[in-house]
Amino acid sequence: MALSKKEWFELETFAADLRDLTIDTVNWAGSGHWGGSSSSADIVTLIYRKFAKFDPKNPEDPDRDRVVVSKGHVGILLAPLFSLLGLIEKEQLKTFNLTGSKLGIHLDSNKVKGLDSSTGSLGHGSSLALGMALAGALKGQTYKTFLVLGDGECDEGSVWEAAMATSHFAKRGGKNVITIVDRNHNMIDGNTEDVMALEPFADKWKAFGFETVVVNGHDIPALAEAIERAYKGDGDKPYCIIADTIKGEGVSFAAGNYKWHYGALNEEKYNTAKADLAAFRAKRLERVNKEGK
Amino acid sequence: MAGGITFTAVDSTKLATAEIFGRTIAELGAENPNIVCISPDLATSTKMADFLAKYPERFYNVGIAEQNMIGIAAGMAKSGLIPFASCFSVFASLRALDQVHTDVCYQNVNVKIIGTHGGTSFGQAGSTHHAIEDIGVIRPLVNMTVIVPADGIETANAVKAAAATPGPFYIRINRGFDNVVYSTPDYGFKVGKAVVMNEGTDLTIIACGSCVYQAMQAASMLKHDQGLSIRVLNMHTIKPIDREAVLAAVKETRKIITVEDHTVIGGLGSAVAEVVVEGGKACAFRKLGLQDKWSAIGLHEDLLAMHEIDAEGIVKNVLEVMKMDFEADEDWGDEV
Repeated sequence: MALSKKEWFELETFAADLRDLTIDTVNWAGSGHWGGSSSSADIVTLIYRKFAKFDPKNPEDPDRDRVVVSKGHVGILLAPLFSLLGLIEKEQLKTFNLTGSKLGIHLDSNKVKGLDSSTGSLGHGSSLALGMALAGALKGQTYKTFLVLGDGECDEGSVWEAAMATSHFAKRGGKNVITIVDRNHNMIDGNTEDVMALEPFADKWKAFGFETVVVNGHDIPALAEAIERAYKGDGDKPYCIIADTIKGEGVSFAAGNYKWHYGALNEEKYNTAKADLAAFRAKRLERVNKEGK
Repeated sequence: MAGGITFTAVDSTKLATAEIFGRTIAELGAENPNIVCISPDLATSTKMADFLAKYPERFYNVGIAEQNMIGIAAGMAKSGLIPFASCFSVFASLRALDQVHTDVCYQNVNVKIIGTHGGTSFGQAGSTHHAIEDIGVIRPLVNMTVIVPADGIETANAVKAAAATPGPFYIRINRGFDNVVYSTPDYGFKVGKAVVMNEGTDLTIIACGSCVYQAMQAASMLKHDQGLSIRVLNMHTIKPIDREAVLAAVKETRKIITVEDHTVIGGLGSAVAEVVVEGGKACAFRKLGLQDKWSAIGLHEDLLAMHEIDAEGIVKNVLEVMKMDFEADEDWGDEV
């Protein structure tokens, strides 16, 4: 597949706007999970802006595609995302984490319209997504369920219970789950391979019965191609995309730094982050101009 | 109540409690195409096989993976189904607790959990398979309704009520046969409303599950041998608890004994005690159950006796409580 230059440009712009609004929200909240938010930014941009059948004006449409973001600590990415989609007022983002706010570190699906599931306790999203997919298939609905996993949360045994079941129930709806792992290589205490080795990670997914591909999770056209293939879903197996990403991508002091799983911004850091993100946006749009067709 | 489903005392004596659950869910499945069943390799043990035979497309065996079972159930409920997830009570409440807490109760979805092999009813399996903390563990979860039916007929009533009422339910039933308490399903079962099994004025026994039958036996023995007038309440719904019935027992009998096949910490006894204390009136009170001790291996009826929650054990404790010295407060006008 080739994204048209126009579409690619629009997706890059949306992802850049999303990172901008996320760092603003971190700034308003005083601190936040910037690392895992930025690594997932391109993934959720493609899900919500390119692939998922999801109309923000009708977020409870029973036939919509579902999205379960199992790494629930990225509420500070999802709230700005929903704001850009028109589901949350921008002003409301300024209340993030404040007492009485509807928005906090882990979003609540009973308070945020359009959010298909509350998550937060890691390793739960896979079973939730599978349940949604099984229900859809039973009712004769054709919707897909996107599942976004963090790599660190794949330490949880429940991820693999659900992975096994997703393949096992492929014909009964499991195949409609599209798993995308944000492989940002870092968790709270350090690199995933130091804390609890995941590699050979792709082989694990393959062994659990998934059509598995590893792709650069910050390369919009490459990621789009992988998701398109999974969405089309040739063959009998469910699809797993391991999106190789950089934790904290786009901000110099945070990128690749596990200590930026969660952090606080002061004025200086915020200004640096904004300048970095502006340069990051320019660099990526320059690539669109150069390579886009 | 769902139409057409009735069980009699004869059924109740011929069928294990879980079999009555199995038949009930199979019949409910005929009425509501959104009802699905999920089992972690326990379709036979939890008697979901009837449902499986009739509706294989609505039955999901997830293998030995209780956490996955509850998470899948929550996802299904989010998409409009009414999943009944069933496994041993000890694993539903402990192994899958995080999923019950976050996926089911926090999201307030329509998942029905049927915990089988409740209390010490799987006696010979030992403490790994006894559920002696499940009520205490599940009861604090927001949005959860907790029911411990007294026998097979009440199990059918509870399952029907759960299917008809939106929101999370935990229904705890026993392995094997329960002594029959009800001869007909039409005794006015209502979630959150205790059933007066026996009227009395000297002391109230508040029981749930298999202990209801034992309490009724004890009341009968105490009447014949001691001339005592014992009220017996079947507190089938532990949450929301019937505060009115508890406070009436405090006011009218001034002595309460709770009886449950569960540790005395956190279960029925604790739930009743919370109401009694908040009522602000003096009341002789004793909790019967497992006294913060692991159970032993043995037949269920022997374990009930060991923990003094069989009829004889209850009689012994009633006689002791009847002698307890406490200051009755006759002035109910200052009731909080």
